[in-house]
Amino acid sequence: MSIDLKTIKHISKLSRISVDEKRAEKLADDLNSIFEFIEKLNELKTDDVKPLTSIAETTLKFRSDEIKSKNIREQIIKNSPEDNEDYFVVPKVIE
Amino acid sequence: MSDITKQSLTELVENIKNKKLSSTDVTKAFIQRSEKSSELNAYITDDFTSALDKAKKFDQKPNLDLKLPGIPMAVKDLFCTKNVKTTAGSKILNNFVPTYESTVTENIWHEGAILLGKLNCDEFAMGSSNETSHFGNVQNPIDKNLVPGGSSGGSASAVAGQLTPITIGTDTGGSIRQPASFTGIVGLKPTYGSCSRYGIVAFASSLDQAGPMAQNVKDCALLQEVISTYDSKDSTSINFKRNHYSKELTKNIKGKKIGIPKEYRVDGMPKEIEDLWQKGIQYAKDCGAETIDISLPHTSYALPTYYIVAPAEASSNLARYDGVKYGYRAKGENLIDMYEKTRSEGFGAEVQRRIMIGTYVLSSGYYDAYYLKAQKVRKLIKNDFDEAYKRVDAILTPSTPSSAFKIGEKTNDPVSMYLNDIFTVPVNLAGLPGISIPAGHDTKGYPLGLQIIGKAFDEQNILNIAFAMEEKINFKNKITDWWIK
Repeated sequence: MSIDLKTIKHISKLSRISVDEKRAEKLADDLNSIFEFIEKLNELKTDDVKPLTSIAETTLKFRSDEIKSKNIREQIIKNSPEDNEDYFVVPKVIE
Repeated sequence: MSDITKQSLTELVENIKNKKLSSTDVTKAFIQRSEKSSELNAYITDDFTSALDKAKKFDQKPNLDLKLPGIPMAVKDLFCTKNVKTTAGSKILNNFVPTYESTVTENIWHEGAILLGKLNCDEFAMGSSNETSHFGNVQNPIDKNLVPGGSSGGSASAVAGQLTPITIGTDTGGSIRQPASFTGIVGLKPTYGSCSRYGIVAFASSLDQAGPMAQNVKDCALLQEVISTYDSKDSTSINFKRNHYSKELTKNIKGKKIGIPKEYRVDGMPKEIEDLWQKGIQYAKDCGAETIDISLPHTSYALPTYYIVAPAEASSNLARYDGVKYGYRAKGENLIDMYEKTRSEGFGAEVQRRIMIGTYVLSSGYYDAYYLKAQKVRKLIKNDFDEAYKRVDAILTPSTPSSAFKIGEKTNDPVSMYLNDIFTVPVNLAGLPGISIPAGHDTKGYPLGLQIIGKAFDEQNILNIAFAMEEKINFKNKITDWWIK
């Protein structure tokens, strides 16, 4: 298997990371060598193996749905790059 | 003054409790040494002024019943600290000042310790040499231009260089144990679910664990006792009976069965690593333990599994950095353009690489071939350990396949960098505790570590084995203070 530039462009779009041509070529090289290394897993037959989805093998606990943090609006907005009163500001979405 | 920074945590606690030293004395000493150590680049952010104020306040009304009374401590910059900048070594969090505290650091301050500052690390803990940090690489106190390991490289450098009496790191694939091994200190990766992940900048949620990095095993046990608590704010925190690790520490490991896995004898492993391992086996026997040859047949599949699971989780966790709620924001022509430029400019090369790998293995058409496959192999790796632990109480291996390497030596070859974690990664995949202890030097005089892997929740046992072996090994770290101005 080989990851070509078209695939890199596709992944970069899914990842929301813009990549120029030069970077894309380097990334393709890097990813190909990493995937070559990952392909080793295909040596193993795993049809009958149950995937490990949780290391602790316990079911997650339910908690009651109650508000514990009150009036933290200011704290939440504090680190935003741009805000207006109680809102995050983003580039215009609707024309 | 210089003598203070040479003392272990246990000695400092004792001296403060006996009123031979004040918190101010100790805090001042570590601040002064840290200030003279800028060449190590161990700190990203210091909090010295505030630390000194807190020390003075502590001395006015000292509570000597606490476990860490007035002890200054710097921590990895992956732990959120209220009102103190937390960057995770990334440009994208360059201006992030948390409004809340991580549970692990909260536990530490609750026992009387004082924050000295935030320590350098690989960006989002992704790296094995501390060279992916946006804030520059860290020097290893052992030798100039030598990496301290990673991702907790600043933490390892700060403990080995005596800029902090002890610290905490995080370990996703070896990020506590590998740097501990490279700098001649002790590092413990606890069982998954032992220490709360609340307030730790997330990398790979099913693998991440916080743990202590210390000058010796006793100090390590004491800090583990403080940081390991059940926490309802972390849904994977596990409520189990936690020991008083430092109080229950014993060198009596007579009759303990220690497994020696043959698959850890990898191709091309330097002879000095093999020799160290053999010496370790002898030390364990000298302590009264019995060693047994075991097999962990899927060991060689652990790294490829890790490089699917960890990037997949990372790509999901790091989706939150969008330039809207916090952190760096680039200018864009529209919303999508802003996202793409923010993430392109804000993340470094290694982080982008891993997000892309993760996105790819989770993308439509590839999920089964990669992610699901990796989860299945992960199960096989865990089964290997379960099987082995029917016969043994712990497992002894080298911590790393080599000693510390030069800065820049492996930055152009990601796979050779990843191979550093070959002995540590299986432990994270299986959720087990593992400790690295310094055990010898290579021909260049650089430290080498041995790893003791335990059963889940059996930290006490591996701490005991480490404690017994530490005495026999009698390791002395060769620190020349070459960087001190």
